[in-house]
Amino acid sequence: MNAPFFKFDMFSFDISLVVAFIIGIGFGFALERGGFGSARILASQFYFTDMRVLKVMFSAIVTAMLGVFFFVAFGWLDLSLVYYTDTNMIPQVVGGLILGVGFVVGGYCPGTSCVAAVTGRIDGALYLIGVMAGIFIFGELFPLIENFYSSTDMGRVFLPDYLGMSYGMVVLLVVLMAVGAFAAAEWGERKMAAKKSGVVK
Amino acid sequence: MMSITGIFSKNNEAVQEKVHEPKPYSNPYLVGIGLGLVLLASFVIMGRGLGASGAFSSIVATGVYQLAPDHTVSNPYFQEYVGDGSINPLKDWLVFEVLGVFVGGLISGLIAHRVKKTVEKGDRISVRNRLIFAFIGGGLMGFGAKLARGCTSGQALTGGALLNLGSWAFMMMVFAGAYAMAYFMRRQWT
Repeated sequence: MNAPFFKFDMFSFDISLVVAFIIGIGFGFALERGGFGSARILASQFYFTDMRVLKVMFSAIVTAMLGVFFFVAFGWLDLSLVYYTDTNMIPQVVGGLILGVGFVVGGYCPGTSCVAAVTGRIDGALYLIGVMAGIFIFGELFPLIENFYSSTDMGRVFLPDYLGMSYGMVVLLVVLMAVGAFAAAEWGERKMAAKKSGVVK
Repeated sequence: MMSITGIFSKNNEAVQEKVHEPKPYSNPYLVGIGLGLVLLASFVIMGRGLGASGAFSSIVATGVYQLAPDHTVSNPYFQEYVGDGSINPLKDWLVFEVLGVFVGGLISGLIAHRVKKTVEKGDRISVRNRLIFAFIGGGLMGFGAKLARGCTSGQALTGGALLNLGSWAFMMMVFAGAYAMAYFMRRQWT
């Protein structure tokens, strides 16, 4: 198997758009199944009452990470041909903080707001208009912040290289961290439910 | 089976709710595994992961280009999305993927009877204020996602699974920002 298929010219650009649409359907379907069309469910992550965001995100990351790891190990997938963004540490840290604030203020992230809007959530539709306004403002301000945007450029940084560990070891650590986070989330939810029902343990 | 046109009709809704209660959401771990397999398929087939905010950048850049072409070409950020004008900037992988997200979300919502015209909010905030916050939050998210070179899908999910250093730093900061702000937003949600 020679993957990624597209990078080995197994199909044309036009076909890749059909693939994009089908993969998007899977993505949107999963988000709605998870309850991510509802801002109340997404926001409850940040009040420790329903930890679905963490559970879905980390089980998705672990599933895809393990798949990639084994496909690479079997020689089926060339990881150097899989695209990910370069690391620009400080702008990404600042961007992440702004995005986190936007998450709890607006109740969605861009992908989930599409699902919210299409399932009738008016706040989801307004949020999407806000996203486009934010992108427009960023674009207009870009000449002023271009230097900051391009600062602390570290290039393409693979976490195992950065940590000086083997790929397998980092994968194992992420799995262990996720399992720990799941256990903490289940415990926290039970604790919050008990507090809400007035049963103090 | 309810008709697509009937979903938003008020009369229908009262009847539908009696017949079809919205189904409970699926097990989050199973949803996560399903989402992870979609992401893995994207890596294997395309050599890239999922995204969302990038599609809206293409849409915004296209809109600005329609209104003020000279201005767009002189702005390096919009210019990157519009290109040299030889291909339509909306003929883009992420734009088609996000179209799919709308369709997939609608299919899942219809199957589970969860499509409903409503505003998601806690009991202690008015509809008007909730909508203002939704708009502001979206604006912050759009700005932050551009600065970070991606949002929850393009960075946290995709870069997380590929063990990209910047994505992991980003992901930690998203949770930090949201938890730090949660107390001030409690009237909106709890």
